[in-house]
Amino acid sequence: MLLEIEDVSLLYGRIQALHGISLTVAEGEIVALIGANGAGKSTTMRAVSGIRPVASGRIRFDGEDITKLRADLRVRRGLCQAPEGRGIFPGMSVLENLDMGAYTRRDRAGIAQDLNRVLELFPRLAERRKQPGGTLSGGEQQMLAVGRALMSRPKLLLLDEPSMGLAPMLIQQIFSIITEINQQGTTILLVEQNAQQALARAHRAYVLETGRIVKSGTGADLLHDPSVKEAYLGVA
Amino acid sequence: MTTVLERVRSGREAAGERWRSAPRWVRWALLIAVIAFFYALPNREFYQYLGPIPTPGANFTQVMFTVSIYVLLAVGLNIVVGFAGLLDLGYFGFFAVGAYTVAVLTSPSSDLKTLWPWLLAVPVAIALTMVSGVMLGTPTLRLRGDYLALVTLGFAEMIRIAAVSSEFLKGQRGFNQIPHPPGQYADGRPVFGVLDARPYYWLVLTLIILVVIGVRNLTNSRVGRAWISIREDEDAAQLMGVPTFKFKLWAFAAGAAIAGLAGALFAGKQNFVNSQNFELLNSIIILAAVIFGGSGNIVGAIVGGGLVAYMIERFRGIELFGVELYEYRFLFFGVVLVVMMIFRPEGLIPNRRRAAEFKDRRKEVTVGE
Repeated sequence: MLLEIEDVSLLYGRIQALHGISLTVAEGEIVALIGANGAGKSTTMRAVSGIRPVASGRIRFDGEDITKLRADLRVRRGLCQAPEGRGIFPGMSVLENLDMGAYTRRDRAGIAQDLNRVLELFPRLAERRKQPGGTLSGGEQQMLAVGRALMSRPKLLLLDEPSMGLAPMLIQQIFSIITEINQQGTTILLVEQNAQQALARAHRAYVLETGRIVKSGTGADLLHDPSVKEAYLGVA
Repeated sequence: MTTVLERVRSGREAAGERWRSAPRWVRWALLIAVIAFFYALPNREFYQYLGPIPTPGANFTQVMFTVSIYVLLAVGLNIVVGFAGLLDLGYFGFFAVGAYTVAVLTSPSSDLKTLWPWLLAVPVAIALTMVSGVMLGTPTLRLRGDYLALVTLGFAEMIRIAAVSSEFLKGQRGFNQIPHPPGQYADGRPVFGVLDARPYYWLVLTLIILVVIGVRNLTNSRVGRAWISIREDEDAAQLMGVPTFKFKLWAFAAGAAIAGLAGALFAGKQNFVNSQNFELLNSIIILAAVIFGGSGNIVGAIVGGGLVAYMIERFRGIELFGVELYEYRFLFFGVVLVVMMIFRPEGLIPNRRRAAEFKDRRKEVTVGE
């Protein structure tokens, strides 16, 4: 297993946001985490990327216990998150943002190669390479966040709500790109409110409710699960 | 009103554009001319032709020394506030640590009686300020935002109160006969004496140039990118693998070291250091100067620090309707700041990135509404 989360709990002050969550991600998979607002999806991401310390439980990545490891050191080990929403650097140009993604790397040739790859994946970013990140549209910022995370050449890419606030056509597009990234060999853990798309694209998925995992299975299974349909897909 | 403002803005942007697109040699020539101007400035033979620029109510050379110290401090604080985005309200406290370190090590009134020469005390002063910066930063830089502002404010007050009331730091009586920097002319007169402030000014000016070169190199390196990313979005910086705490501490320590250097220079020139030199107001003035000039931009910090320190002195000796304007200097200063913050929050000479961040934040506010 590339990532193993074992019985992780997390507190925001006195509020318990996660109640003993366990999940795994195997190499080469797309794993989706779906659930309503406030179910703890983004919190789980923060625990994995290390932005928030966990109260109890263990997180293993690539065979190593990273529960207490600092966030920036997790990036060096190959775990990189594209933060949700506006987590790009607004004053830096698109290229500078992408360059920040490669902050932990020193192999110039490899970085240049990955830059080309990202600009190929996101032609919009190539068009706007000199523009400050803050002046991009919501969709473009989202692409920039994903592209920037790719620049660290992660073993595991964490995507937090990549479709949030996007027009339907753009949502399709970004999910196609996610699938493509995965086929090129990057493992992906994905948090989504757009359950339909996420389940259709993911190999496996977990359903979160009030800080607990209530269901798990293959994407296709959950897509056809009656209770999931009712709660998250908007069809009875 | 807006049209005038827009015209000013577009004119300034055009000037900036012209500067960036100018050939290398033009930029170098201009830069050298500006530097030469400032080296020449404190000479009476030169400044007597400059019309209203010399200060009427104070020795212009002395004023220029004060201005140069403020510029050095602004350049240092700009690292902390402008680059790393850490709000430091007690920056002058580090200046005090630098000045007092020199005083304690060199002055005959010190209890230590070490009587070091000035030059030997300077590196110790810089090192000690850096250590005090790290000591202050280690517990506080893990926290975000306002906490740091409060703790730094408290720090500056602590230093001031220690200076006022501790027997070791001599309070109001202070330390006298602090030695001057070394150096002699061919005829045996010391270069750094009591009457002529020019050599001190030149020394500080030279150090400013060296510090600016160093800071520029830093900001164009990985360190600078890390600082800017922290300022723009600390979480995102960490998610990109930037050890944010380490770099915040570095910014804090680098800023402190520069303030320590400024303090050591001040002590070496003044010959006397006591507790009245370190009012809280000074911290605020330097912070205001950095923001006024354009935080995040080295040139902005230099212009801000220089202008603010100079304007305050320029009011001295001017009477209007029988009122000495100097008495109201902070009133003017406050009005200028308020007007600036309304019309030009990014400062006189903003950093291009910083301006984009401001726009972005404004957008965020409107989205939130």
